[in-house]
Amino acid sequence: MSKSVNIKDLNVYYSDFMAVQDVTMDIAPRSVTAFIGPSGCGKSTLLRTLNRMHEVIPGAHVQGQVLVDGDDLYGAGVDPVTVRRQIGMVFQRPNPFPTMSIKENVLAGVRLNNKRIPRATAEALVEKSLQGANLWNEVKDRLDKPGQGLSGGQQQRLCIARAIAVEPEVLLMDEPCSALDPISTLAVEDLINELKDSYTVVIVTHNMQQAARVSDKTAFFNIAGTGKPGRLIEYSDTTTIFNNPVQQATEDYVSGRFG
Amino acid sequence: MSESSRVGPRMSAATKARPADRIFRLLSTSAAVSIMVILAGVALFLIVRSLPAILANWQTTPELSTGPTGGFASFFSYVGPLAFGTVWASVIALLMATPVAVGIALFISHYSPRKLAGFLGYIVDLLAAVPSVVFGLWGILVMRPFLLPMQVWLNEYLGWIPLFSGKVTSTGSSILTGAVVLAVMVLPIITSISREIFLQTPKLHEEAALALGSTRWEMIRLTVFPYARSGVVSAILLGLGRALGETMAVAMIISPAILVSFKLTTEGENSQTIASNIALNFPIASGLQRDALIGTGLVLFVISLAVNMLARLILNAKPGGRKLWVRPRTEPRAKAIAIAAAEAGAETAIDTSQRSPAGRS
Ligand SMILES: Nc1ncnc2c1ncn2[C@@H]1O[C@H](COP(=O)(O)OP(=O)(O)OP(=O)(O)O)[C@@H](O)[C@H]1O
Ligand SMILES: [Mg+2]
Repeated sequence: MSKSVNIKDLNVYYSDFMAVQDVTMDIAPRSVTAFIGPSGCGKSTLLRTLNRMHEVIPGAHVQGQVLVDGDDLYGAGVDPVTVRRQIGMVFQRPNPFPTMSIKENVLAGVRLNNKRIPRATAEALVEKSLQGANLWNEVKDRLDKPGQGLSGGQQQRLCIARAIAVEPEVLLMDEPCSALDPISTLAVEDLINELKDSYTVVIVTHNMQQAARVSDKTAFFNIAGTGKPGRLIEYSDTTTIFNNPVQQATEDYVSGRFG
Repeated sequence: MSESSRVGPRMSAATKARPADRIFRLLSTSAAVSIMVILAGVALFLIVRSLPAILANWQTTPELSTGPTGGFASFFSYVGPLAFGTVWASVIALLMATPVAVGIALFISHYSPRKLAGFLGYIVDLLAAVPSVVFGLWGILVMRPFLLPMQVWLNEYLGWIPLFSGKVTSTGSSILTGAVVLAVMVLPIITSISREIFLQTPKLHEEAALALGSTRWEMIRLTVFPYARSGVVSAILLGLGRALGETMAVAMIISPAILVSFKLTTEGENSQTIASNIALNFPIASGLQRDALIGTGLVLFVISLAVNMLARLILNAKPGGRKLWVRPRTEPRAKAIAIAAAEAGAETAIDTSQRSPAGRS
């Protein structure tokens, strides 16, 4: 199920503005990769190119390649809709569908692929996905209640359940804990640790401890100044990045001596 | 920081009412009050003027048993068919206008390129500015001959459906033609309100749907429609409000009679509408007859008021029609705070306002 991601010579643009320049990196299957770096350096932008959500913004486009198990996401004839069905995404702010119940939220993606799923299959899938997102015990008695009635942390885990219900190859998470309290954060981090057994996970975070706790590899991005593109400065094992990075900028950033 | 502490006391001093504030408050309050006075005045006028005709015995009052009001047992048997005709013509018009209007609104908000969207929006607004007499002329000179073959066809082949039965029109002056023209007239209001509401769908939810692998249409079904449902319903009701009161176009096109008829393609036996009946008969009516016409105006006033109030009620209810929408509604406020903070020069706030997803697919 899990696939590798290879980014090759990728430039990312918003119309004429180059937001990310010349990124090349290889992400192994069944691993957690963290993107860190100062605000505005293009972490979210790069993440969104990995499931072609970037091009939802008018004028946004890329140059270069993103290979998922060798297939170029940006190749001719590749349908972004198909790409997004295989590469799931969790956003910074929890965004369950407000008019849907918890159950329907979990099933939303599956129903897109396959309109008529037998009730029993659907129920099993809801339970499995919610178990997978560590949310089952908290919501099993109110699956038909609206998803918006949950706490922020529960909503975020509901969004994770929704994303993993379609069994994606890769799971992208953009600051998934930034709106959560420490306990919910811990729950999501535990979850990420479990998810990497079956998924390739890429996570953007501003929290150094979080990157250190959950990721196998860490990519540090930086920006030379406002209006300049973000670049990949250093990409290595997480322990290397945090303990003996090669670049001075990385060391300054992870030790909090930045700027 | 030091600056803000200096601002503090000055701002609290400003809370004392100043003359300019007081004058403005007086002006705006009296404007608001005058609206209510006018509305109440109109209602009072309609009631007082129409009461004699409503209470009169139509068979024994010579003035009412002849002329435009002749042949009716009472005010209610006179106004009943008219009220029916008014609602009937409007409902047919809405049935035709709604799908088209919602389609255009959706195209503008979610499908067309941005430049085309602006242009289309402008065209639709222009349509709203066309005087109804012009629509009436267009209906007579263009739509009647244009729709005639279709009506003949409908009558001939689908005549077994009661709606299309009867003796088909020879000039095109049927209620169907009138309704088509009415539909074009109510199109702009439904389109522009729907478009505004479609555009307000939270980006967050649209992106959630897209990231799950929705096509554009699936995304719209999953997020835009649930969000916009109540708004579109009230847009339709506002359109209905406009159609109900429309006079000239209907008066010029249809060939009416005061009766209840569901037939769409006949002429000379189309249900007359209240507004166009008043317009046609007021000049030739006298005394009590005029009072009767004013009475029908009162009925139209009540119908329109009810429809408009219902529309406002639905529109003011939370988008999506459920309490659940309380949360997303805080979003504009958060944005406003971010913008205010950005203007105050807080760099972090500028950054968050940039990060809030902008633009649309
Ligand atoms: N929709 C957009 N249109 C134009 N430029 C954008 C858009 N979104 C982001 N940018 C620009 O692209 C650059 C990278 O932004 P991005 O959101 O990827 O940064 P980030 O690293 O995720 O920052 P943060 O840590 O604050 O989330 C910034 O200069 C930003 O202003
Ligand atoms: Mg970001």
